[in-house]
Amino acid sequence: MSGANRIAGQGRLTPARTARFTFDGVSYEALAGDTVASALIANGVHLVGRSFKYHRPRGILSAGAEEPNALVDVARDAARRQPNVRATVQEVFDGMKVESQNRWPSLSFDIGGINDFFSPFFAAGFYYKTFMWPKAAWEKLYEPFIRRAAGLGVAPTEADPDHYASRYAYCDVLVVGAGVAGLSAALAAAEAGARVILCDEQPEAGGALHFDTSVTIDGKPGYDWAQATAARLAAMENVTVLSRTTAFGYYNHNFVGLAERVTDHLARPDRKLPRERLWQVRAKRVILATGSIERHMVFANNDRPGIMLASAARTYLNHFGVAVGRKVGVYTANDSAYEAAFDLKRAGVTVAAIVDSRDKPGEAVLAEARKLGIEVLTGHSVVNTKGHRRVSSMSVARNGGGAARWIAVDALLMSAGWTPSVHLFSQSRGKVAYDAASGRFLPGTYAQDCLSVGSCNGTDGLQATIEEALAAGELMARATGNEGGAKVELSGENAFEWSGGMAGAGEGAGVDTTVKAFVDFQHDVCAKDIRLAVREGMHSIEHIKRFTTTGMATDQGKLSNIHGLAIASEVLNREIPKIGLTTFRAPYTPVTFGTLISHSRGELFDPARKTPMHAWEEAHGAVFEDVGNWKRAWYYPRAGETMHDAVNRECRTVREAAGVFDASTLGKIEVVGPDAATFLNLMYTNAWDTLKPGRCRYGIMLREDGFVYDDGVVGRLAEDRFHVTTTTGGAPRVMHHMEDYLQTEFPHLKVWLTSTTEQWAVIAVQGPKAREIIAPLVEGIDLSNEAFPHMSVREGKICGVPTRLFRMSFTGEAGYEVNVPADYGQAVLEAIWARAEPLGACAYGTETMHVLRAEKGYIIVGQDTDGTVTPYDAGVGWAVSKKKTDFVGIRGLKRPDLVKEGRKQLVGLLTKDPTVVLEEGAQIVADPNQPKPMTMLGHVTSSYWSENCGRSIALALVAGGQARMGQTLYVPMPDRTIAVEVSDMVFIDKEGGRLNG
Amino acid sequence: MADTALRLPPLGLRHGGSAAARVTPAAPATRLSLRAGPEALDALSAAFGLTLPTRPKGSALANGRHALWLGPDEWLLIDENEADLMAVAAGASALHSATDISHRNTAILVSGPAAAGAIASACPLDLGNAIFPVGAAARTVLGKIEIVLFRSGEEDYRVECWRSFAPYAFGLLSEGAEDAGL
Repeated sequence: MSGANRIAGQGRLTPARTARFTFDGVSYEALAGDTVASALIANGVHLVGRSFKYHRPRGILSAGAEEPNALVDVARDAARRQPNVRATVQEVFDGMKVESQNRWPSLSFDIGGINDFFSPFFAAGFYYKTFMWPKAAWEKLYEPFIRRAAGLGVAPTEADPDHYASRYAYCDVLVVGAGVAGLSAALAAAEAGARVILCDEQPEAGGALHFDTSVTIDGKPGYDWAQATAARLAAMENVTVLSRTTAFGYYNHNFVGLAERVTDHLARPDRKLPRERLWQVRAKRVILATGSIERHMVFANNDRPGIMLASAARTYLNHFGVAVGRKVGVYTANDSAYEAAFDLKRAGVTVAAIVDSRDKPGEAVLAEARKLGIEVLTGHSVVNTKGHRRVSSMSVARNGGGAARWIAVDALLMSAGWTPSVHLFSQSRGKVAYDAASGRFLPGTYAQDCLSVGSCNGTDGLQATIEEALAAGELMARATGNEGGAKVELSGENAFEWSGGMAGAGEGAGVDTTVKAFVDFQHDVCAKDIRLAVREGMHSIEHIKRFTTTGMATDQGKLSNIHGLAIASEVLNREIPKIGLTTFRAPYTPVTFGTLISHSRGELFDPARKTPMHAWEEAHGAVFEDVGNWKRAWYYPRAGETMHDAVNRECRTVREAAGVFDASTLGKIEVVGPDAATFLNLMYTNAWDTLKPGRCRYGIMLREDGFVYDDGVVGRLAEDRFHVTTTTGGAPRVMHHMEDYLQTEFPHLKVWLTSTTEQWAVIAVQGPKAREIIAPLVEGIDLSNEAFPHMSVREGKICGVPTRLFRMSFTGEAGYEVNVPADYGQAVLEAIWARAEPLGACAYGTETMHVLRAEKGYIIVGQDTDGTVTPYDAGVGWAVSKKKTDFVGIRGLKRPDLVKEGRKQLVGLLTKDPTVVLEEGAQIVADPNQPKPMTMLGHVTSSYWSENCGRSIALALVAGGQARMGQTLYVPMPDRTIAVEVSDMVFIDKEGGRLNG
Repeated sequence: MADTALRLPPLGLRHGGSAAARVTPAAPATRLSLRAGPEALDALSAAFGLTLPTRPKGSALANGRHALWLGPDEWLLIDENEADLMAVAAGASALHSATDISHRNTAILVSGPAAAGAIASACPLDLGNAIFPVGAAARTVLGKIEIVLFRSGEEDYRVECWRSFAPYAFGLLSEGAEDAGL
């Protein structure tokens, strides 16, 4: 039995197809197609959660995405568990485990319920008042309390085992919502030939036709017409129909985010299926057919389980075949709720009374109520309710005072009218306009190419909706260049036209400060809280919202916004539009992180860039470090070696024999054209026109402000072709920097830039035996010092493949950088290694490279410079051409601040105790005994143990550093003060003889 | 004299995707980044044996040699027969810049009825027939990287990317292919 409240012959589910699930450990039977909410009500369960602030028992308020109360924890298994799922949206699958939230020890007996009795202390804004002082209590007491109280549900701790998919899509017309309006619009657009995407958040098309059984379209029952129309659309080649798909965000240029729930309703989903799929749709035109949401009535204790929206009760009956009670009351200010009473009455449910706050309801519904023998109390209000875990009676009184009488009910249906869903329209930056006649905010000024149709546009009446939607569909199809197709015509009929509606507090909401007449169920905001906010001086809705938190829960005030506004308007005695409507933000309903992240996790989170020799390095035991997205070999520890041991051995070996190093990640730019030298003259401080083909030069690049931007060796291959290298991290930005200047400042130059970073694998072979290692492998290049001196480049062959061979050094040793086309990198490295290893050479990594270059005082841009360092500060002023009249940064270099005495300059530091290695970043002072705060002279930029020097070495930026040679300075550390001597920056081979081998 | 070094392409022999969208590494090819002004078009077209396209998304094909339009003065030339494109360029006297990028780029082929869907999982371009017909080419993005996308047939696409990004591109396309093939 799938629930005692299931009524035979009612609803659209198939009784034979059942599924079992548990709620708080109790097993229940559901029918395929049930939501958690419909299945629980079918089984007589109305109490499903505790409210956020007061822990009041809460039930199921709605039958859709607007649900503020019935938020539950849904689990498939331990890892696949999600809190705060709306029970009214989540479909039941076999084996599902559902738990209620915000209660302890149990849902029916919840200790936190005590908050309800202390509620006078939790008035709106109490956070701001209560947690002001003492200040010290913030960290230990208040913040942990607020954090614990903030948000319902408990996040899962295990990694999410599901995968998520994503899709970019384009269409002529995106139709959001597949109710009468959306289906009509989609049909008209599709028949005209437009590329159409139609999405709807529900499992089936139909929208309000789920509950409104009095509608027929083209002679068919409305719901059946909707299914047939959706099927017809899905079969068209130019149409994509997406069900269970929420349009959650409307961004610039008709870019709309859709979240498609693929497997959350399946008991045993195919592992290949993604849990959800993110659609990022760029639509030429958008049609919003998002319908409207019924409002609740605001009266005392309107939040008891069993009190729900009238349309929800109708959905449970007409779609799910479930009676929400046996004896129901109705409290309304709108005709639509009457139809709920009629449907329930015809299904055999007792309707205790329809309480209508209006004196004059619609005549047609009144007549029908009479015919069905339902008591209608016009000009009356429900002023209170009773029932702890489920409503048991309602108190009804004539408006304006008078004796109240209690009427026993086990469910109470309410309707204050319908709020057009203008959320997406508002997200599109459209301006809503207040329609005083109908008391609704409607789409006003459009900011994007979209149209709203149907009830979200304030269009009442079935045929009017159909015609508006058909016209919009056709218009949008024509606007996107689609001329085909026959005109679509549809005719709809319904039993009753609806009128009425109210906003704000009803008679039963009281005027005092203790009555709990809820405006915002999810954040426990009552009518009295809005009044309090106004009394405390909040007069704009933006302030009222933040003070009371109304509308700030995950439901974003879908039910409460209009009521809150109306109450503020009444207290302030100002019209609603003068108080303003808050802006709606994406997402319309919550979207999982998994969907937003999609593929970007694990190995696909970010590209891990590996050099062509990565596999060889891995096989030779390299430890890698991340440099940007690159994985670079850091050092090569042998068995039993620490990093320190390995680096010491590598440093020693390179200077004693040789070392082999992967320099492939260095940026490379090929600069080609007759004006190449002229362009480089402008981009670098150095002079390039004097560089002969076949020679190289170290270049410094400045920003306009005169500070060092990048550096690297540039080789001239021919009159019109340069091979430029950049730092690893600087490769993309240097390319952009150069391209930017070329296109904006120097467009007249005949020169073109191409990134060749990845074209070349680069193997540095450095050390006294470097030539001996590569000589037998090289063809067509004379390697002698005379023919191929330091800072030269030649093209030839190595291991039978083309090479650009550079004679250059970043170690201070004689050496080569072997460039070969990248796919050959590993094979050439293997050939070099086969010669290098027997000669006593080693493979070395970036750490050794750093130490060796520091021993020679070679700077690293970004480590020894920080964007405030000029070439003169860095000790490479020799690279600034004195003859050139223009280059980027030439004017910056002349600024008074950049030429004044006492600037921080790069120098060497030698600790008095040679075994002490300074910390990089440590501050330097002249007098360690001066009072704090001390005058800082600068800081250590590079610091290493140098095995080759047998002592520590460091580089530092020190104020007036070049004039302080030999001075003793101090580096204060937490536990000691280290004395250092200022030195030049070259710690080894000061004459540079080793460079020439 | 040592043996000639062997070529080791970045993606090796891996294959991925689904029956509806196969994802495979393309065979090695020679590639050129060609830059030139409009005055050099005729001479360069003659040298390369095809008509360099001058419209956005345009491409030209002759004997396994493709020229893809990337910008007003920029083309990506791909020769699937591995002809020496640098030598061809050197034979053209008109002012231009030719840079060998045969090894900088690698290509991934995506083929099958769901190929476009596989690419659309991470590429924000409109791949509809009217917008991106057979022969269309564009420099665009795939997830977090830059690619050149070329539609070589009704259900065949070539994704060109820099070699170190190839495993990432291959992974993304394979995941996209699995989803698009469902």
